[in-house]
Amino acid sequence: MILPLKLDHVGFGINGRTLIEPLSLEIGAGPSTIVLGANGAGKSVLMRLMHGLLEPTCGRISWSEAGARRRQAMVFQRPVMLRRSALANVAYALDAAGIRNPEKTALEALAEVGLAHLAHRPARVLSGGEQQRVALARAWALHPQVLFLDEPTANLDPGATHEIENIIRAFDFSGTKIVMSTHNLGQARRLGDEVVFLHRGRLAERAPVAEFFRQPASPEAAAFIKGEIPWV
Amino acid sequence: MGLIIRVLAAMLLSMPAYAQQRYITVASTTSTEQSGLFKYLLPIFEKKTGIQVRVVAQGTGQALDMGRRGDADVVFVHAKPLEEKFVAEGHGVRRFQVMYNDFILVGPKSDPAKVSGAKDIVAALQKIKAAQAAFASRADRSGTHFAELQLWKAAGVDIEKEKGPWYKETGSGMGQTLNTASAMNAYALADRGTWLSFKNRGELVISAEGDKRLFNQYGVILVNPARHPHVKKKMGQAFIDWLISDEGQKAIAGYKIDGEQLFFPNAR
Amino acid sequence: MQEFPGILAEARLWQIVVLSLQVSLAAVALASLVGLPLGAAIAVSRFRGRHTLIVILNAMMGLPPVVVGLAIYLLLSRAGPLGGAGLLFTPGAMVIAQTVLILPIIAALSRQAVEDAWREYEEQLRSLGVDGIRAALSVLWDIRFSLLTAELAGLGRAAAEVGAVMIVGGNIDGVTRVMTTAIALETSKGDLPLALGLGVVLIAIVLLLNAGAFLVKEAAQRRYG
Repeated sequence: MILPLKLDHVGFGINGRTLIEPLSLEIGAGPSTIVLGANGAGKSVLMRLMHGLLEPTCGRISWSEAGARRRQAMVFQRPVMLRRSALANVAYALDAAGIRNPEKTALEALAEVGLAHLAHRPARVLSGGEQQRVALARAWALHPQVLFLDEPTANLDPGATHEIENIIRAFDFSGTKIVMSTHNLGQARRLGDEVVFLHRGRLAERAPVAEFFRQPASPEAAAFIKGEIPWV
Repeated sequence: MGLIIRVLAAMLLSMPAYAQQRYITVASTTSTEQSGLFKYLLPIFEKKTGIQVRVVAQGTGQALDMGRRGDADVVFVHAKPLEEKFVAEGHGVRRFQVMYNDFILVGPKSDPAKVSGAKDIVAALQKIKAAQAAFASRADRSGTHFAELQLWKAAGVDIEKEKGPWYKETGSGMGQTLNTASAMNAYALADRGTWLSFKNRGELVISAEGDKRLFNQYGVILVNPARHPHVKKKMGQAFIDWLISDEGQKAIAGYKIDGEQLFFPNAR
Repeated sequence: MQEFPGILAEARLWQIVVLSLQVSLAAVALASLVGLPLGAAIAVSRFRGRHTLIVILNAMMGLPPVVVGLAIYLLLSRAGPLGGAGLLFTPGAMVIAQTVLILPIIAALSRQAVEDAWREYEEQLRSLGVDGIRAALSVLWDIRFSLLTAELAGLGRAAAEVGAVMIVGGNIDGVTRVMTTAIALETSKGDLPLALGLGVVLIAIVLLLNAGAFLVKEAAQRRYG
């Protein structure tokens, strides 16, 4: 098990601008973690720091086991599809991970997200929701211990969002640790067990979901919940 | 990847250079190539001997340089003093004289320098200079350029010092220089072979011809195998031997454009 | 102009056209073999002097063909370092010269194309643990139809240049005479209509190749998105 993930005074800035103020955080196995915050709060940066796509400018990030790189996957806000079939996109990831016979596993993963019938269609001509499902299948196929999802439904309509959420839930049930960022309070409530709340690059609050919504400890979180609720 | 390499190899091997193995490379002049002589002559030789002759046509100076570097088996040029120097320096085995034609002075019909019909080429050049009439010079170290410089010298003109805006140095082959002369209505020294086959004459006509100083002798030399061991000695010499044989000489005499003979065999 | 159709029908013209295409296509293939991975590698990697290299590469797109021809000539000449191969005045020498000439074009244009695509793909590929050469090749393959533009630019340059092939090929009738050197020769023979006619044939061929590539690209775009 590569968890827990430890962030020790991790900060990030670029060109003299601080995007994440030094924060310490431990992400353990089990409950799904929602990284919540307004646009520009630094959610995506934090996700990328944890996944290792960005190097922190200060502090240390550590997993409890070596070789954690291969045991995690990430789904982005905008799915990146290679110009090949949906199946080949999933198989590509498996092949990159050194998994043999990738086609078979890839097809199973596509079936898992309900896209087996579109397996041989070019991925780029699929709808946004379908592409995001292919991205989820691609992540799923790797059997990661941790799955990072960076606002996976931000560009999708309610129907597609619903489908994606179901898939994420299935991931959760299967024992994969979910770390998802969102600015959508309803989604946080539906999928999250605990909330990490970011405000302007600062870790403002961390709390179990129910507690967070019932009685936010920080004034920023309170304001955010208040401001957001009418649109849930 | 393997496929790409195989396709490449197939493409390269299907190119004509590799299909034909028995060939020699001849460094020759633009006049022999552009007059069409080689197109007429070489198939006859190839048919007889099976040796393909690949001609790289340049100015005489460049052609001799090609021989000096060993990039040709035979040089076939027209500047006797330069050829003799080439042999004397050990780059060539021996010079054989093959054929001649003559240079002519071409110029615009309007004849601004009043040289039309002149028999004395030296006097004609002096008139052109005196009239500051436009003159297009090859200026490319070719045999024709070399001959032109000799004629200026004979006319008592140090052209390097006395040239003015009227003296246009094209730095290119015979045909290009004639194109320039045609476009600018300039006089030019040309070899008769290229002139006869040249199509873009415009206002140009022959202004002066027939002076014995306009004699244009061609020579052929085998590049010295002692200096360049890869020179195809046997085939190169076979080509030279054929050129100066009765058969080759007759073939040269047989090349005509509009009934006019271009080159006159005089092998010795 | 009346002799024109007769000359165009000649087998000799056909041979010249075929040789032109063989030489230029071989040069494009060779230059791509090196240029595409090189361009892609520069696009996806970060190292000291990268910007300098890009500027040099871009500038080399404008290499004067005569200079390239001369350099290759001196290399391949019997008196030069590679003279033993006896390649001078063969189509092989022409392929080499044109390869050198268009390598920067293909490398620079593919570098640009891959870099644009890399902006989209980088995080996803890195997330999948794909980097370095493998990432470069993946992106190259993914944008292969867009790279046709780079290939065509190279092919156009190769097919249109006369300076390099004239010097290293020698414009030998039936051996190294290609479209452009034939045009130069006919021009110097003062046969301007024929030269122009050959020019029209050359342009038509280049146009045809471009149209073909355009259709392939369009079809691929519809197919793969």
